[in-house]
Amino acid sequence: MSDFLTLFAPALPEIFVLAMVSLILVIDAAVDDSKRTIAYVLSLLTLGGAAFLTVRDFSTMPVLALGGLFIDDPLSDVLKLFLYLTVAVVLVYSRDYLQQRGLYKGEFFVLALFALLGMMVMVSASHFLTLYLGLELLSLSLYAMVALQRDSSVATEAAMKYFVLGALASGMLLYGMSMVYGVTGSLALGNIAQNLADGTDLRIPLVFGIVFIVAGLAFKLGAVPFHMWVPDVYHGAPTAMTLFIGSAPKIAAFAFVVRILGQGLESQVAEWRDMLVILAVLSMAVGNLAAIAQSNLKRMFAYSTISHMGFMLLGILAGSQNGYGSAMFYVLVYALMSLGGFGMILLLSRAGFEADQLDDFKGLNRRSPWLAFLMLLLMFSMAGIPPTVGFYAKLAVLQAVVEIGYVWLAVAAVLFSLIGAFYYLRIVKLMYFDTPHDPSPIAASPDTRIIMSANGLAVLALGILPQPLMAVCMHALGASL
Amino acid sequence: MFGQSILSLVIWVPILAGVAVLATGSDRNAALARWIALAGALLGFIVAVPLVSGFDTGTSAMQFVEKATWIPAFNIHYHLGVDGISMPLILLNSFITVLVVIAGWQVIQDKVAQYMAAFLIMSGLINGVFASLDGILFYVFFEGMLIPLYLIVGVWGGPNRVYAAFKFFLYTLLGSLLMLVSMIYLYFQSGGSFDIQTWHTTTLGMTAQTLMFFAFLLAFGVKVPMWPVHTWLPDAHVEAPTGGSVVLAAITLKVGAYGFLRFILPIVPDASHELAWFVIMLSLIAVAYIGLVALAQADMKKLIAYSSIAHMGFVTLGFFMFNPLGVEGGLVQMISHGFVSAALFLCIGVMYDRLHSRQIKDYGGLVNKMPVFAAFFMLFAMANAGLPATSGFVGEFMVILAATQVNFWFAFVAATTLILGAAYTLWMYKRVVFGSVTNPQVEEMRDVNAREILVLGALAICVLAMGLYPKPFTDVMHVSVVDLLAHVAQSKLP
Repeated sequence: MSDFLTLFAPALPEIFVLAMVSLILVIDAAVDDSKRTIAYVLSLLTLGGAAFLTVRDFSTMPVLALGGLFIDDPLSDVLKLFLYLTVAVVLVYSRDYLQQRGLYKGEFFVLALFALLGMMVMVSASHFLTLYLGLELLSLSLYAMVALQRDSSVATEAAMKYFVLGALASGMLLYGMSMVYGVTGSLALGNIAQNLADGTDLRIPLVFGIVFIVAGLAFKLGAVPFHMWVPDVYHGAPTAMTLFIGSAPKIAAFAFVVRILGQGLESQVAEWRDMLVILAVLSMAVGNLAAIAQSNLKRMFAYSTISHMGFMLLGILAGSQNGYGSAMFYVLVYALMSLGGFGMILLLSRAGFEADQLDDFKGLNRRSPWLAFLMLLLMFSMAGIPPTVGFYAKLAVLQAVVEIGYVWLAVAAVLFSLIGAFYYLRIVKLMYFDTPHDPSPIAASPDTRIIMSANGLAVLALGILPQPLMAVCMHALGASL
Repeated sequence: MFGQSILSLVIWVPILAGVAVLATGSDRNAALARWIALAGALLGFIVAVPLVSGFDTGTSAMQFVEKATWIPAFNIHYHLGVDGISMPLILLNSFITVLVVIAGWQVIQDKVAQYMAAFLIMSGLINGVFASLDGILFYVFFEGMLIPLYLIVGVWGGPNRVYAAFKFFLYTLLGSLLMLVSMIYLYFQSGGSFDIQTWHTTTLGMTAQTLMFFAFLLAFGVKVPMWPVHTWLPDAHVEAPTGGSVVLAAITLKVGAYGFLRFILPIVPDASHELAWFVIMLSLIAVAYIGLVALAQADMKKLIAYSSIAHMGFVTLGFFMFNPLGVEGGLVQMISHGFVSAALFLCIGVMYDRLHSRQIKDYGGLVNKMPVFAAFFMLFAMANAGLPATSGFVGEFMVILAATQVNFWFAFVAATTLILGAAYTLWMYKRVVFGSVTNPQVEEMRDVNAREILVLGALAICVLAMGLYPKPFTDVMHVSVVDLLAHVAQSKLP
C-alpha cells in the first residue's frame, strides 16, 4: 500500500482532479437544470483542492515518477498553480454568459476540468507518450467545448476546423516524435537529451524529426504559417470558450514547448533556433498587421494572440535558462491580459447581445469609467507600454534575444509591436474619445466585477512591482532545467 | 523626516493627488475635484522647493540620491538623483503644473476629475523622467507619460483630435522603442547594469556608438522635436486643449532635449563628435526653415507650435557646440521657452475661451477691449522674439556667442532667428491686437479676470526675472555642465 502511495504521490493533484471530474459527472446527471450551480461550485472546489495539494507537496527539486513518465518539479508546480487560477477566473467570468445562452450545463464544467487535467499532464510530462496523452486530452475537450453550442452553425464550423487542423498537427507531432525515437531509441525526454548530447551520426532523420515536431508545436501555439485556425476558432466559438482557449492552454503550450525543445532537444538548439526565428518574425508580422483590419474584437484578439505567441517564441529561441524564464513570464502575463480582454467582452455582453464588435466599446468611459479604466490598463499592457506588466514581459524577452546577439531580431520585434500599439490604442480611442453607441447600462454581477477589477489592477500592480512574478519564473526554471 | 526622499515625494505626491482627484468620480463633484487638484499641484510644487534650497551648486555629483532594489532579476534599481541639469527642469514642471490646473479651472466643464488627474499624474511621471538614474526607470516614466497625454489630446482636444493623438503617440513610441533596444544592448555591454552613470563609463566601439546614436537621436529627436520628425507637434498642439498645449510645449519638449544631455552626449561621445555636423544641420534647418514656416501660419496655435520647434533648434544647436556657453545657453533657452511658450499658449487660450477661434484673421483691435491682456501678451511676444531684458534673449544670445566660437556661419544662420522670430511673433501680435475692431464679436470680449491675471502675472515675473538676472540659473547648471563636457571630451572607444 505504501509503495503504491509513493509511486503515485507526485501525481496526487492529477488524481484528485480526475476523481472530482468523475464525481461531478455523476452528480450532474442526477440533478435538474435549476441546480446546475452545484457543478459550478464543485468545479471551483476542485480547483481549490488541487491548488492545496500542489502547494502542500511543492517540490524543491525534480522528482521523476511513474517509471519516468511523469515529472514533478518546481516548474510544473508553479505552472499548475497558474492553471488553476486561470481556469477559476474563466469559470467566474463565464457563468452569466453561459446561463443567458442556455449553455450552463454540467458538460461545460466537465470538459473544462478534463482540459485542465490534460494541461496538468502536459506540464508534468517527461516522456513523449505522456506529453501526447495530455495534449490530446486537452485538445479533445476543447473541440467539444467549441461545439457545445449545437445550434450555432458558426460554432460548429469552428469546431470542425479546429478538429481537422488539430488532428493534422497531432499527426505531424507524432511523426516527428517517431523520428526522434528512431534516432535516439528512447521516448523519455531525459534519455533523449542524454543520447543526443553524446552525439549521433543520424543527423538527417533527427533534423527531419525536429522540423515535424516544431511544425506540430507551431500549430498548437498558432504561430504563422500554422495559424489559420486561430481567427476562425476564436471568432466562431462562444465567447466563454474563446476565453478558455485563449488563456490556460497557452500556459500549457509553453510548458509543452519547453519540455520538448528545452529539455529533450536541448543540445540541438542550433537546429531549432532558426526555425523559431522564422516562426516568431512571421507571427509578429502577420498577427499585428492582420489585427488592424479586424472589426470584430474576438478576431482582433485572435490575431493579437498570434503576435504574442511570436513574442513568446523570442524568449524560447534564446535557448537559455534566462530565455525560458522570460518566455514563462511572458506567457503568464499574456494569460492574465487575455483573461481580462475576453472577460471584458463577456462582462459587456448580455442575453441576446454579444459585445464583440469594436463599436460596442464606443464611449465606455461614459457608461462605466471604472471598466473603461480597467480595459485601458489591459490594452496598454498588451501594447507593452509601461507602467503595465506587459512592458516587462516584452523587456524580458527582448533582453533574452539581445543576449544571444540577435539585436536585429529585437529591432524587428519592437517595430512590429509599434504596429500592434495602433490597434490597442484604437480600443482606448473608442472607449474614451467616442460617444456611446449603445447607452444601456451594464448588467454584470458583482462577483465578475470584483474579479475583473482584480484582474485589471493586477496588470498595473505587477507593472509597478514585477519582481515577485519574475523571481518565481526564474526560480522555477532554474530549479527544474 | 522626508529629507531623504524629496525626489520620491516630488514624483509621487502629484500622482497620488491625481488618484485622489479621480476618486471624486463624476462631474457632480467637479468643484471638489478642482480644489483637490489645486492642493495637489501646490503641494507638489512645495515639496520641490527643498531641491533648490538644499542644492549644492559646487558639485557635479548627483544630489538627493535615493537608491533601492526594484527588479533584481534584471539588476534594475529605483535610483533617483538630480544634478544642475535636471533640477531646474523638475522645478519648472512642478511650477507649470500649478498654472495648468488654474488655467483649466473654468474652461474645462466636461470630465473635470479625469482632466485634472491626467495632468497631475503626468506631472509626477515627468518629474520621474528628470530624476531617474536607472535606464529602465527612466524608460517607464518616459513612456508612461504618453498615456495621460494621449488621453488629454484625445478627450478634450479639438475636432481633429483623434488623428493628432494617434500621430503623437505612435511617433514618439517609434523613437522610444529603438531606444529600449539600445538600452538592453548597453545592459550587456556594461556587464549587466541599467545604471545610467555606469553607462557613461562603458566603452563602446564606433559602430555600436553610431547605431545607438541614431536610436537615441530618433527617440529624443522626435520629442524635441527636430526637423524632419516634427510634424506631430503642430497637429498635437492645435488639437490639444490649452493645458495640453502648455504642458506639451513647456515640459515634454524638454524631456527630449534633456535626453541629449543625459544619454546621447555622455554615452556615445565619439559618435556625437563624429556626427555633430548632422545634428547642427538639422538644428539650423529648424531655426531658419521652420521660422519661415511659422511666418506663413494663419492659426495662432500652429504659429507658436512652429516657433517652439525653431526655439528648440537653438537648444540642440547649443548642445552640439561642445562648449559650456553653448550647453548652458541651450539649458537657459529650455527654461525660458518653458515660461514663454506656456505663457503664449495661455494667452491664446484666454482669447479662444472668449471667441472660440484661433485664426488670426478673426481678431484685430483687441487692445481696445482688453488692454491688460494686451500688455501681458506684448511682454510674452517680445520674449518670444528674443528682446533683451526678457528670458528669451539670454539663451539665444549665449548660443549664438557659442556658435561664433565654433564657426561663423553657424552663428550667422542661427542669428536669423532674431529677425524671423521678431517677424512672425510681432506680425501676429500686430494683426491680433492692434488695428481697429473688425469682428463684432471682439466688441464683446471682456478683459482678463483675476484668475487669468494670476497665471499670466506669475509667468511674466519669471520671464522678466530670468531676463534681467539669469545668474542664479546658470550658477546651478555650471558645474554640472562643465563636468559633462569634460566627460564628453574623452573618447570611449575601446
